[in-house]
Amino acid sequence: MSDLQIFRQETREWLEENCPQSMRSPVVAGEGACWGGRNWIFESEDQQLWMDRMGAKGWTAPDWPTEYGGGGLVKAEHKILKEEMGRIRARSPLDSFGIWMIGPALLKFGSEELKQQHLPPIIKGEIRWCQGYSEPNAGSDLAGLQSKAVDMGDHFIANGQKVWTSYGDKADWMFCLLRTDPDAKKQTGISLMLFDMETPGVTPKPIKLISGSSPFCETFLDDVRVEKDQVVGEVNQGWTIAKYLLTHEREMIGGMGLTGAGSKTLGMIAAQTIGTTHGRLNDLFMRTDVARWEIDAAAFAFTTERVTDQAKAGQGVGATSAMLKYYGTELNKRRFETLLKIGGSDDLVWEGDVSNNGWMARTLLRTKGNSIEGGTSEVQLNIIAKNILDLG
Amino acid sequence: MALVLNEEQQMLKESAQGFLAEHAPVSELRTQRDAGNKTGYSSTLWPQMVNMGWAAILVPEEYGGLAFGHVGMAQIVEQSGRTLTASPLLSTAILGVTAINLAGSEEQKTELLGAIAGGELTIALAVDEKTHHDPMQIAMSAERKGEGYVINGEKRFVVDGSTADILIVATRTAGSPGDMKGISLFLVNRNTLGINVDQTQMIDGRSAAIVTFTDVEVGLDALLGEQDRGFRALSATLDAGNAHLAAELLGIAQESFDRTLQYMKERKQFGALIGSFQALQHRAAHWWSEIELCKSVVLKSLQALDDGDVKSPALASIAKAKLCEVAELSTNEAIQIHGGIGMTDEYEIGFFIKRARPAQMLYGDYNYHANRFALLSGY
Repeated sequence: MSDLQIFRQETREWLEENCPQSMRSPVVAGEGACWGGRNWIFESEDQQLWMDRMGAKGWTAPDWPTEYGGGGLVKAEHKILKEEMGRIRARSPLDSFGIWMIGPALLKFGSEELKQQHLPPIIKGEIRWCQGYSEPNAGSDLAGLQSKAVDMGDHFIANGQKVWTSYGDKADWMFCLLRTDPDAKKQTGISLMLFDMETPGVTPKPIKLISGSSPFCETFLDDVRVEKDQVVGEVNQGWTIAKYLLTHEREMIGGMGLTGAGSKTLGMIAAQTIGTTHGRLNDLFMRTDVARWEIDAAAFAFTTERVTDQAKAGQGVGATSAMLKYYGTELNKRRFETLLKIGGSDDLVWEGDVSNNGWMARTLLRTKGNSIEGGTSEVQLNIIAKNILDLG
Repeated sequence: MALVLNEEQQMLKESAQGFLAEHAPVSELRTQRDAGNKTGYSSTLWPQMVNMGWAAILVPEEYGGLAFGHVGMAQIVEQSGRTLTASPLLSTAILGVTAINLAGSEEQKTELLGAIAGGELTIALAVDEKTHHDPMQIAMSAERKGEGYVINGEKRFVVDGSTADILIVATRTAGSPGDMKGISLFLVNRNTLGINVDQTQMIDGRSAAIVTFTDVEVGLDALLGEQDRGFRALSATLDAGNAHLAAELLGIAQESFDRTLQYMKERKQFGALIGSFQALQHRAAHWWSEIELCKSVVLKSLQALDDGDVKSPALASIAKAKLCEVAELSTNEAIQIHGGIGMTDEYEIGFFIKRARPAQMLYGDYNYHANRFALLSGY
């Protein structure tokens, strides 16, 4: 047996032994996801067990170096782990902005001390992170941010207001963009800093969305002390890291695919709900909408497949994450508009059993943010025009 | 299978690129048109293509072919979309070969496939009878009589119908229009008594014929495949045709895009390059994204054909539908962004829409394939 075959065998056995039965079903529309952190209340013992076991093995961050508690897997092994988890339908043990965002940035730009301090708790699910990027006057024009950190000699004092902080009220630490040189050109005077959300002066306030949920906060910073050693990379060089992180975020959103897509196709849902005659959906206009969407969705799915295959073959064109983010989110919005039409007026019921407490309508409303968060569709089109098409 | 070209396919693509750019650029289309060429393609170009081995790509090795597959063939077709090159490649080397290979007897394959590969024989597929593609509605009758059949009826939009040596004719030997069963395919020599070919020049400068059959008598050996059971082979042949038309439309979309992008970097208005205007940048970026999706869906449908995937029919329809949509977008955006000059005959950009529309409509447009895909998906 080759090394990889042995690895597969051992992985299969380990998962069989360590993945609780109740963790062997997919997370649907966020239900049952585990985010970890100091304030996390596990929904079951199994959820905690699964996170702890995977965290101890470093498989919550399979390709991170073992010296920080990561799995240390090479690409081929990582792929096998994913396949073996998929085989038993094991759910992700830990969803984490630490793993998806600040961790990769620390690995690339952080000091040895910062890596030692922050990476192990991320991997074990002990510390949950949030992102302090957008501000009331710095949305698409992120580099125009005004929240500032003033050098006080042995520490910084930060003041300002962040907005769209995902789970800011539930997170333990924030990675935050702050202006450290007000006189420099806007991209050059920014630093990326880390601080504990329990630091005096940090106040997250949930924002209620049109969907009724509050996944985001506005976060007020009033004379917040930030230690000197919590600057990632160099002072005033934060923009480069921020851009790197934004690319990661785009890939993450683009790669997430379609919200709650489940195993049923749109056509199957429509056929069950509306009915068919001679194999044709009874509502012919809806049938056209559904077919148009499914054709585009198939083409999009093949495109994510092709982009991945090209990257593997070393033929990547780069910057395609902007296209995937743009197209994927617009497609997701269309999907829910079509689903709502299929469901009809029952799906408009805000609370109650008939609509599963308005699940469809609320999800549709939430998808409207997909093409805004992580860079609007228009910003993605700008990126394509400038970076790929070379249009000045 | 990974959604990328392998080394051999990549080489074929590059060789097609080089050959077509040198021997059949877009300007050649103008030359043929202005010379009043009625065949619709250059008679000197086809033998050169045959010499390159292109007529043999889909022919199995045991019949003297290269068996290089649909992905390989489509690299040439895609390039011929970029150069708007007319040739018997689609009707003869793709549709003809596929139909004969799928339905033909050992004798028919031995006799015909080698001749096609060697450039000695051209084929035209006669399917449509009305203005909209719908092979289940075939009504042309073939009645059994004596030691053969008698064919009556009319076919239209028969690509290369006025030049091909042999017509593959889809007829009805049983049932009524709308039935899948009862369709039979025949190989008929174009010069057979009772066949009248009315040549029509299409907007792309190519030739498509209206072919009328009046008491055309053919022998039993003219039957291609089993009597009454021809639909399966016909349908699979059309799937291949549509996947390759999608590849051609991809070439057209890409070339329209590339030329327009170049123009946006040259043309100045209001004292600035028009490519610096965000109104146009966003249109270009959206257009580029759509073409990226097209590349994936075309390759997927061709790989499915090569693998004999059961999803081939659905994938062919997805690919053709998507490419119809994006070719329409591409050729329209190309003219609009070029502005007035895009409307002139002198400028080549206007030629792309003229080839795109017939290629879109041939063997089913967006609506046909969206409908077919929905039916195949159970709604």
